[in-house]
Amino acid sequence: MSDIKINMTINGQAVETTADPRTLLIHFLREDQNLTGPHIGCDTSHCGACTVDMNGKSVKSCTVFVGQANGADIVTIEGIAEADGTLHALQEAFRQNHGLQCGFCTPGMITRAYRLLQENPNPTEEEIRYGISGNLCRCTGYQNIVKSIQIAAEELSHKEAAE
Amino acid sequence: MIPGSFEYHRPSSLDDAIGLLSSLGEDALLVAGGHSLIPMMKLRMAMPEHLVDLQDVQSLKSITVDTNQISLGAMVTQAELIASDELHAACPILRETSLQIADPQIRNLGTIGGNVANGDPGNDMPAIMQMLGATYVLAGPQGTREIAARDFYEAAFFTAREDGEILTTIKFDTPTAGHGWAYEKQKRKIGDYATAAAAVVLTVSGGVCETASIGLTNVADTPLWAEEAAGVLVGSALDEATIKTAANAAVAITDPALDGRGPVEFRKHIAGIMVQRAVAKAAQRAQ
Repeated sequence: MSDIKINMTINGQAVETTADPRTLLIHFLREDQNLTGPHIGCDTSHCGACTVDMNGKSVKSCTVFVGQANGADIVTIEGIAEADGTLHALQEAFRQNHGLQCGFCTPGMITRAYRLLQENPNPTEEEIRYGISGNLCRCTGYQNIVKSIQIAAEELSHKEAAE
Repeated sequence: MIPGSFEYHRPSSLDDAIGLLSSLGEDALLVAGGHSLIPMMKLRMAMPEHLVDLQDVQSLKSITVDTNQISLGAMVTQAELIASDELHAACPILRETSLQIADPQIRNLGTIGGNVANGDPGNDMPAIMQMLGATYVLAGPQGTREIAARDFYEAAFFTAREDGEILTTIKFDTPTAGHGWAYEKQKRKIGDYATAAAAVVLTVSGGVCETASIGLTNVADTPLWAEEAAGVLVGSALDEATIKTAANAAVAITDPALDGRGPVEFRKHIAGIMVQRAVAKAAQRAQ
Protein backbone atom coordinates (compact mmCIF):
# COMPACT_ATOMS: atom_id res chain seq x y z
CA MET A 1 0.00 0.00 0.00
CA SER A 2 1.26 3.45 -0.78
CA ASP A 3 2.56 5.79 1.87
CA ILE A 4 0.77 9.05 2.44
CA LYS A 5 2.25 12.49 2.94
CA ILE A 6 2.08 13.67 6.52
CA ASN A 7 2.08 17.31 7.57
CA MET A 8 1.40 18.17 11.16
CA THR A 9 2.58 20.38 13.97
CA ILE A 10 3.95 18.49 16.96
CA ASN A 11 4.79 20.49 20.08
CA GLY A 12 5.06 23.62 17.98
CA GLN A 13 7.39 22.10 15.36
CA ALA A 14 6.23 21.58 11.79
CA VAL A 15 6.70 17.94 10.75
CA GLU A 16 6.69 16.87 7.13
CA THR A 17 7.20 13.22 6.26
CA THR A 18 5.49 10.14 4.84
CA ALA A 19 3.90 7.18 6.60
CA ASP A 20 2.10 3.92 5.94
CA PRO A 21 -1.62 4.69 6.40
CA ARG A 22 -2.04 1.83 8.87
CA THR A 23 0.36 3.53 11.29
CA LEU A 24 -1.46 4.56 14.44
CA LEU A 25 -0.76 8.04 15.76
CA ILE A 26 0.81 6.58 18.92
CA HIS A 27 3.26 4.52 16.83
CA PHE A 28 4.04 7.51 14.64
CA LEU A 29 4.80 9.65 17.67
CA ARG A 30 6.86 7.05 19.50
CA GLU A 31 8.69 5.34 16.66
CA ASP A 32 8.98 7.93 13.90
CA GLN A 33 9.19 11.05 16.03
CA ASN A 34 10.97 9.54 19.06
CA LEU A 35 8.37 11.04 21.37
CA THR A 36 8.11 8.19 23.84
CA GLY A 37 6.26 10.20 26.49
CA PRO A 38 2.79 9.05 25.39
CA HIS A 39 2.59 5.39 26.39
CA ILE A 40 0.89 2.33 24.98
CA GLY A 41 -1.03 0.82 27.88
CA CYS A 42 -4.05 -1.20 26.82
CA ASP A 43 -3.95 -0.43 23.08
CA THR A 44 -7.77 -0.65 23.13
CA SER A 45 -8.78 2.96 23.94
CA HIS A 46 -9.59 2.20 27.57
CA CYS A 47 -6.59 3.27 29.65
CA GLY A 48 -5.70 6.73 28.33
CA ALA A 49 -1.91 6.34 28.70
CA CYS A 50 -1.58 7.35 25.02
CA THR A 51 -3.58 10.58 25.47
CA VAL A 52 -2.33 13.53 23.41
CA ASP A 53 -3.84 16.88 22.54
CA MET A 54 -5.08 17.08 18.94
CA ASN A 55 -6.41 20.43 17.68
CA GLY A 56 -7.13 21.48 21.24
CA LYS A 57 -8.92 18.29 22.26
CA SER A 58 -7.75 15.30 24.24
CA VAL A 59 -7.69 12.10 22.18
CA LYS A 60 -6.41 8.56 22.60
CA SER A 61 -3.65 8.24 20.03
CA CYS A 62 -3.85 4.42 19.97
CA THR A 63 -7.19 4.76 18.20
CA VAL A 64 -6.34 7.40 15.61
CA PHE A 65 -4.65 6.63 12.30
CA VAL A 66 -1.81 8.94 11.36
CA GLY A 67 -3.76 10.04 8.29
CA GLN A 68 -6.68 11.14 10.46
CA ALA A 69 -4.25 13.41 12.31
CA ASN A 70 -2.89 14.89 9.10
CA GLY A 71 -2.91 18.68 9.29
CA ALA A 72 -3.47 18.62 13.03
CA ASP A 73 -1.77 20.47 15.83
CA ILE A 74 -0.51 17.86 18.30
CA VAL A 75 0.77 18.42 21.82
CA THR A 76 2.36 15.55 23.75
CA ILE A 77 3.71 15.46 27.29
CA GLU A 78 7.07 16.54 25.83
CA GLY A 79 5.51 19.84 24.77
CA ILE A 80 3.97 20.81 28.09
CA ALA A 81 6.98 22.14 30.01
CA GLU A 82 8.43 25.52 29.03
CA ALA A 83 11.26 25.66 26.49
CA ASP A 84 13.81 26.38 29.23
CA GLY A 85 12.79 23.21 31.06
CA THR A 86 10.61 24.89 33.70
CA LEU A 87 7.91 22.40 34.56
CA HIS A 88 4.25 23.13 33.90
CA ALA A 89 2.20 23.68 37.06
CA LEU A 90 0.64 20.24 36.56
CA GLN A 91 4.00 18.51 36.30
CA GLU A 92 5.24 20.34 39.38
CA ALA A 93 2.06 19.50 41.32
CA PHE A 94 2.24 15.80 40.41
CA ARG A 95 5.88 15.80 41.52
CA GLN A 96 5.27 17.60 44.81
CA ASN A 97 2.12 15.75 45.79
CA HIS A 98 2.98 12.18 44.93
CA GLY A 99 0.59 12.23 41.97
CA LEU A 100 2.30 9.15 40.60
CA GLN A 101 3.78 5.90 41.76
CA CYS A 102 5.04 3.80 38.86
CA GLY A 103 4.56 6.72 36.47
CA PHE A 104 3.21 4.76 33.53
CA CYS A 105 -0.15 6.57 33.36
CA THR A 106 1.35 9.97 34.22
CA PRO A 107 1.98 11.36 30.71
CA GLY A 108 -1.63 10.59 29.77
CA MET A 109 -2.95 11.92 33.08
CA ILE A 110 -1.06 15.20 32.77
CA THR A 111 -1.84 15.68 29.08
CA ARG A 112 -5.52 15.07 29.80
CA ALA A 113 -5.50 17.38 32.84
CA TYR A 114 -3.70 20.03 30.76
CA ARG A 115 -6.71 20.20 28.44
CA LEU A 116 -9.26 19.77 31.23
CA LEU A 117 -7.93 22.84 33.04
CA GLN A 118 -8.21 24.89 29.87
CA GLU A 119 -11.80 23.78 29.38
CA ASN A 120 -12.64 24.25 33.04
CA PRO A 121 -10.01 26.27 34.98
CA ASN A 122 -11.69 25.79 38.38
CA PRO A 123 -13.08 22.27 38.42
CA THR A 124 -14.70 20.68 41.46
CA GLU A 125 -13.30 17.38 42.69
CA GLU A 126 -16.18 15.59 40.97
CA GLU A 127 -15.49 17.40 37.71
CA ILE A 128 -11.83 16.39 37.90
CA ARG A 129 -12.75 12.75 38.52
CA TYR A 130 -15.23 12.81 35.66
CA GLY A 131 -12.76 14.67 33.44
CA ILE A 132 -10.07 12.02 33.91
CA SER A 133 -12.49 9.11 33.73
CA GLY A 134 -10.83 7.99 30.49
CA ASN A 135 -7.45 7.59 32.21
CA LEU A 136 -6.69 4.57 34.35
CA CYS A 137 -4.10 4.42 37.12
CA ARG A 138 -3.38 1.05 38.72
CA CYS A 139 -1.21 2.34 41.58
CA THR A 140 -2.45 5.44 43.31
CA GLY A 141 -6.16 5.01 43.87
CA TYR A 142 -6.43 8.43 42.15
CA GLN A 143 -6.42 10.35 45.42
CA ASN A 144 -3.13 12.12 44.85
CA ILE A 145 -3.76 12.55 41.14
CA VAL A 146 -6.96 14.46 41.86
CA LYS A 147 -5.18 16.44 44.57
CA SER A 148 -2.32 17.31 42.20
CA ILE A 149 -4.75 18.56 39.58
CA GLN A 150 -6.59 20.64 42.19
CA ILE A 151 -3.34 22.21 43.37
CA ALA A 152 -2.21 22.87 39.79
CA ALA A 153 -5.57 24.52 39.05
CA GLU A 154 -5.09 26.85 42.03
CA GLU A 155 -1.52 27.57 41.01
CA LEU A 156 -2.55 28.38 37.44
CA SER A 157 -5.36 30.69 38.52
CA HIS A 158 -3.01 32.56 40.88
CA LYS A 159 -0.55 32.88 38.05
CA GLU A 160 -3.24 34.21 35.75
CA ALA A 161 -4.46 36.69 38.39
CA ALA A 162 -0.88 37.95 38.81
CA GLU A 163 -0.46 38.55 35.08
CA MET B 1 -1.82 -4.44 17.57
CA ILE B 2 -1.25 -3.19 14.07
CA PRO B 3 -4.20 -3.22 11.67
CA GLY B 4 -3.94 -4.64 8.17
CA SER B 5 -2.82 -2.47 5.27
CA PHE B 6 -5.19 -0.13 3.50
CA GLU B 7 -5.25 2.92 1.26
CA TYR B 8 -6.37 6.10 3.00
CA HIS B 9 -8.76 8.56 1.35
CA ARG B 10 -9.99 11.85 2.71
CA PRO B 11 -12.64 13.33 0.38
CA SER B 12 -13.72 16.91 0.99
CA SER B 13 -17.30 16.68 -0.19
CA LEU B 14 -20.19 14.27 0.15
CA ASP B 15 -20.30 13.71 -3.62
CA ASP B 16 -16.62 12.79 -3.64
CA ALA B 17 -17.16 10.40 -0.74
CA ILE B 18 -20.09 8.71 -2.48
CA GLY B 19 -18.06 8.52 -5.70
CA LEU B 20 -15.16 6.90 -3.87
CA LEU B 21 -17.41 4.33 -2.24
CA SER B 22 -18.92 3.46 -5.62
CA SER B 23 -15.62 3.13 -7.41
CA LEU B 24 -13.81 1.26 -4.65
CA GLY B 25 -16.66 -1.17 -4.07
CA GLU B 26 -17.13 -3.42 -1.09
CA ASP B 27 -13.47 -3.33 -0.06
CA ALA B 28 -13.93 0.24 1.15
CA LEU B 29 -15.21 1.25 4.57
CA LEU B 30 -16.18 4.64 5.93
CA VAL B 31 -14.48 6.01 9.01
CA ALA B 32 -16.05 8.74 11.13
CA GLY B 33 -14.56 8.90 14.66
CA GLY B 34 -13.02 5.46 14.23
CA HIS B 35 -13.59 4.29 17.79
CA SER B 36 -15.63 1.27 16.73
CA LEU B 37 -13.84 0.53 13.47
CA ILE B 38 -10.19 0.89 14.50
CA PRO B 39 -10.48 -1.63 17.37
CA MET B 40 -12.09 -4.06 14.90
CA MET B 41 -9.26 -3.44 12.43
CA LYS B 42 -6.69 -4.11 15.15
CA LEU B 43 -8.35 -7.46 15.80
CA ARG B 44 -8.45 -8.06 12.01
CA MET B 45 -12.19 -8.54 12.30
CA ALA B 46 -12.39 -5.69 9.79
CA MET B 47 -9.81 -5.64 6.98
CA PRO B 48 -10.82 -2.92 4.54
CA GLU B 49 -8.57 -2.30 1.54
CA HIS B 50 -9.63 1.32 1.52
CA LEU B 51 -10.63 3.66 4.29
CA VAL B 52 -12.72 6.70 3.38
CA ASP B 53 -12.38 9.31 6.15
CA LEU B 54 -15.35 11.69 6.34
CA GLN B 55 -13.73 14.31 8.61
CA ASP B 56 -13.38 16.95 5.87
CA VAL B 57 -16.99 16.72 4.67
CA GLN B 58 -18.19 19.97 6.23
CA SER B 59 -21.81 19.45 5.20
CA LEU B 60 -22.09 16.60 7.73
CA LYS B 61 -21.17 18.73 10.74
CA SER B 62 -24.18 20.92 11.44
CA ILE B 63 -26.70 20.91 14.27
CA THR B 64 -29.99 22.60 13.35
CA VAL B 65 -32.68 23.23 15.93
CA ASP B 66 -35.97 24.86 15.07
CA THR B 67 -39.40 24.78 16.64
CA ASN B 68 -40.59 21.85 14.58
CA GLN B 69 -37.54 19.82 13.72
CA ILE B 70 -34.05 18.99 14.94
CA SER B 71 -31.46 17.82 12.49
CA LEU B 72 -28.01 16.45 13.32
CA GLY B 73 -25.22 15.98 10.79
CA ALA B 74 -23.66 12.53 10.94
CA MET B 75 -20.18 13.88 11.73
CA VAL B 76 -21.26 15.85 14.80
CA THR B 77 -19.16 14.46 17.64
CA GLN B 78 -20.56 13.47 21.01
CA ALA B 79 -18.56 16.34 22.53
CA GLU B 80 -20.14 18.85 20.11
CA LEU B 81 -23.56 17.45 20.83
CA ILE B 82 -22.96 17.86 24.58
CA ALA B 83 -21.68 21.42 24.07
CA SER B 84 -24.71 22.66 22.13
CA ASP B 85 -26.88 24.67 24.54
CA GLU B 86 -29.49 25.22 21.86
CA LEU B 87 -29.86 21.47 21.38
CA HIS B 88 -29.90 20.89 25.11
CA ALA B 89 -32.71 23.41 25.58
CA ALA B 90 -34.86 21.69 22.96
CA CYS B 91 -34.00 18.03 23.58
CA PRO B 92 -32.08 17.50 26.82
CA ILE B 93 -32.04 13.70 26.67
CA LEU B 94 -29.29 13.88 24.03
CA ARG B 95 -26.76 15.54 26.34
CA GLU B 96 -27.80 13.24 29.19
CA THR B 97 -27.15 10.24 26.95
CA SER B 98 -23.89 11.44 25.38
CA LEU B 99 -22.43 12.08 28.81
CA GLN B 100 -22.94 8.39 29.57
CA ILE B 101 -21.08 7.24 26.45
CA ALA B 102 -17.42 6.21 26.78
CA ASP B 103 -15.13 8.91 28.23
CA PRO B 104 -14.08 12.49 27.37
CA GLN B 105 -11.32 11.55 24.93
CA ILE B 106 -13.55 9.16 23.00
CA ARG B 107 -16.44 11.64 22.92
CA ASN B 108 -14.09 14.13 21.24
CA LEU B 109 -13.87 11.84 18.21
CA GLY B 110 -16.91 9.55 18.37
CA THR B 111 -19.76 10.81 16.19
CA ILE B 112 -23.53 10.58 16.35
CA GLY B 113 -23.60 9.16 12.80
CA GLY B 114 -21.11 6.41 13.60
CA ASN B 115 -22.97 5.58 16.78
CA VAL B 116 -26.30 5.05 15.03
CA ALA B 117 -25.04 3.63 11.73
CA ASN B 118 -22.70 0.95 13.05
CA GLY B 119 -25.57 -1.25 14.21
CA ASP B 120 -23.85 -2.22 17.46
CA PRO B 121 -26.64 -3.13 19.90
CA GLY B 122 -24.43 -1.79 22.70
CA ASN B 123 -24.49 1.74 21.28
CA ASP B 124 -26.77 4.13 23.12
CA MET B 125 -28.03 6.52 20.45
CA PRO B 126 -30.00 4.01 18.34
CA ALA B 127 -32.56 3.44 21.12
CA ILE B 128 -32.76 7.19 21.67
CA MET B 129 -33.49 7.71 17.97
CA GLN B 130 -36.10 4.95 17.93
CA MET B 131 -37.69 6.46 21.01
CA LEU B 132 -37.75 9.93 19.38
CA GLY B 133 -39.13 8.51 16.14
CA ALA B 134 -36.12 9.81 14.19
CA THR B 135 -35.56 9.47 10.46
CA TYR B 136 -32.15 8.70 8.96
CA VAL B 137 -31.15 10.24 5.64
CA LEU B 138 -28.93 8.02 3.49
CA ALA B 139 -27.09 9.35 0.45
CA GLY B 140 -25.91 7.04 -2.30
CA PRO B 141 -25.12 6.98 -6.00
CA GLN B 142 -28.86 6.94 -6.78
CA GLY B 143 -29.60 9.98 -4.65
CA THR B 144 -30.95 10.16 -1.12
CA ARG B 145 -33.57 8.15 0.70
CA GLU B 146 -35.02 8.28 4.17
CA ILE B 147 -35.66 5.46 6.58
CA ALA B 148 -37.18 5.42 10.04
CA ALA B 149 -34.80 4.55 12.89
CA ARG B 150 -37.44 2.03 13.94
CA ASP B 151 -36.97 0.18 10.61
CA PHE B 152 -33.21 0.59 10.27
CA TYR B 153 -31.82 -2.13 12.53
CA GLU B 154 -32.02 -5.71 11.24
CA ALA B 155 -29.64 -7.63 13.53
CA ALA B 156 -26.40 -6.95 15.39
CA PHE B 157 -24.20 -4.96 12.96
CA PHE B 158 -26.71 -5.43 10.14
CA THR B 159 -28.71 -2.37 9.11
CA ALA B 160 -30.75 -1.18 6.16
CA ARG B 161 -27.80 0.90 4.91
CA GLU B 162 -26.44 -0.38 1.59
CA ASP B 163 -22.66 -0.63 1.03
CA GLY B 164 -22.50 2.42 -1.24
CA GLU B 165 -24.57 4.64 1.04
CA ILE B 166 -23.56 7.20 3.63
CA LEU B 167 -25.79 8.12 6.56
CA THR B 168 -25.73 11.90 6.35
CA THR B 169 -28.39 13.27 8.68
CA ILE B 170 -30.56 12.30 11.61
CA LYS B 171 -33.75 14.28 11.98
CA PHE B 172 -36.72 14.17 14.29
CA ASP B 173 -39.62 16.30 15.45
CA THR B 174 -38.62 18.68 18.23
CA PRO B 175 -40.10 17.21 21.42
CA THR B 176 -42.98 19.19 22.92
CA ALA B 177 -41.82 21.98 25.22
CA GLY B 178 -42.17 20.95 28.86
CA HIS B 179 -41.72 17.25 28.14
CA GLY B 180 -40.08 14.98 30.68
CA TRP B 181 -37.05 12.92 29.72
CA ALA B 182 -34.52 10.47 31.13
CA TYR B 183 -31.85 8.05 29.97
CA GLU B 184 -31.09 5.55 32.70
CA LYS B 185 -28.11 3.32 31.99
CA GLN B 186 -26.74 0.60 34.22
CA LYS B 187 -23.09 -0.10 33.45
CA ARG B 188 -20.26 -1.79 35.28
CA LYS B 189 -17.87 1.13 34.96
CA ILE B 190 -17.36 4.37 33.01
CA GLY B 191 -16.88 3.60 29.36
CA ASP B 192 -18.76 0.32 29.45
CA TYR B 193 -21.72 -0.61 27.33
CA ALA B 194 -25.03 -0.87 29.14
CA THR B 195 -26.03 -3.95 31.11
CA ALA B 196 -29.41 -2.49 30.18
CA ALA B 197 -30.59 1.05 29.55
CA ALA B 198 -33.91 2.80 29.00
CA ALA B 199 -34.75 6.07 27.26
CA VAL B 200 -38.02 7.82 27.99
CA VAL B 201 -39.70 10.98 26.77
CA LEU B 202 -43.21 11.78 27.94
CA THR B 203 -45.63 14.64 28.31
CA VAL B 204 -47.99 15.26 31.23
CA SER B 205 -51.03 17.48 31.39
CA GLY B 206 -53.10 17.97 34.52
CA GLY B 207 -51.35 15.07 36.21
CA VAL B 208 -52.17 12.66 33.36
CA CYS B 209 -49.61 11.24 30.95
CA GLU B 210 -50.58 12.40 27.45
CA THR B 211 -47.81 10.90 25.32
CA ALA B 212 -44.93 8.54 26.05
CA SER B 213 -42.19 6.77 24.15
CA ILE B 214 -39.65 4.25 25.45
CA GLY B 215 -36.44 2.92 23.86
CA LEU B 216 -34.21 0.13 25.19
CA THR B 217 -30.44 -0.32 24.73
CA ASN B 218 -28.39 -3.54 24.68
CA VAL B 219 -31.11 -5.96 25.64
CA ALA B 220 -31.56 -7.58 22.22
CA ASP B 221 -29.50 -7.80 19.04
CA THR B 222 -31.08 -4.52 17.92
CA PRO B 223 -32.27 -1.48 19.85
CA LEU B 224 -35.91 -1.82 20.88
CA TRP B 225 -38.83 0.56 20.74
CA ALA B 226 -41.17 -0.49 23.54
CA GLU B 227 -44.45 0.64 22.01
CA GLU B 228 -46.75 -1.42 24.20
CA ALA B 229 -45.00 -0.39 27.41
CA ALA B 230 -45.36 3.29 26.49
CA GLY B 231 -49.04 2.67 25.72
CA VAL B 232 -49.55 1.49 29.30
CA LEU B 233 -48.38 4.88 30.58
CA VAL B 234 -50.60 7.02 28.36
CA GLY B 235 -53.75 8.10 30.18
CA SER B 236 -52.37 7.12 33.58
CA ALA B 237 -51.29 9.30 36.49
CA LEU B 238 -47.84 7.69 36.24
CA ASP B 239 -48.38 6.05 39.61
CA GLU B 240 -46.03 3.36 40.87
CA ALA B 241 -48.26 0.44 39.91
CA THR B 242 -48.70 1.67 36.33
CA ILE B 243 -44.97 2.28 35.96
CA LYS B 244 -44.32 -1.28 37.11
CA THR B 245 -46.83 -2.66 34.61
CA ALA B 246 -45.17 -0.65 31.83
CA ALA B 247 -41.74 -1.91 32.90
CA ASN B 248 -42.99 -5.51 32.77
CA ALA B 249 -44.34 -4.90 29.27
CA ALA B 250 -40.92 -3.54 28.25
CA VAL B 251 -39.08 -6.50 29.79
CA ALA B 252 -41.35 -8.87 27.87
CA ILE B 253 -39.89 -7.75 24.52
CA THR B 254 -36.23 -7.98 25.61
CA ASP B 255 -33.99 -10.83 24.54
CA PRO B 256 -30.54 -10.06 25.94
CA ALA B 257 -27.50 -12.27 25.45
CA LEU B 258 -25.57 -13.86 28.26
CA ASP B 259 -22.28 -11.97 28.50
CA GLY B 260 -19.83 -10.51 31.00
CA ARG B 261 -22.55 -8.12 32.10
CA GLY B 262 -24.58 -10.94 33.57
CA PRO B 263 -26.97 -13.78 32.90
CA VAL B 264 -30.07 -13.27 30.78
CA GLU B 265 -32.48 -13.10 33.73
CA PHE B 266 -30.35 -10.49 35.47
CA ARG B 267 -30.14 -8.29 32.39
CA LYS B 268 -33.90 -8.52 31.87
CA HIS B 269 -34.40 -7.59 35.50
CA ILE B 270 -32.09 -4.60 35.14
CA ALA B 271 -33.95 -3.54 31.99
CA GLY B 272 -37.16 -3.39 34.04
CA ILE B 273 -35.48 -1.36 36.76
CA MET B 274 -34.04 1.07 34.19
CA VAL B 275 -37.50 1.58 32.67
CA GLN B 276 -39.02 2.24 36.09
CA ARG B 277 -36.32 4.74 37.00
CA ALA B 278 -36.41 6.48 33.64
CA VAL B 279 -40.19 6.84 33.67
CA ALA B 280 -40.19 8.11 37.27
CA LYS B 281 -37.46 10.64 36.51
CA ALA B 282 -39.13 11.78 33.28
CA ALA B 283 -42.43 12.19 35.14
CA GLN B 284 -40.72 14.33 37.74
CA ARG B 285 -39.12 16.51 35.08
CA ALA B 286 -42.26 16.97 32.98
CA GLN B 287 -43.93 20.38 33.24
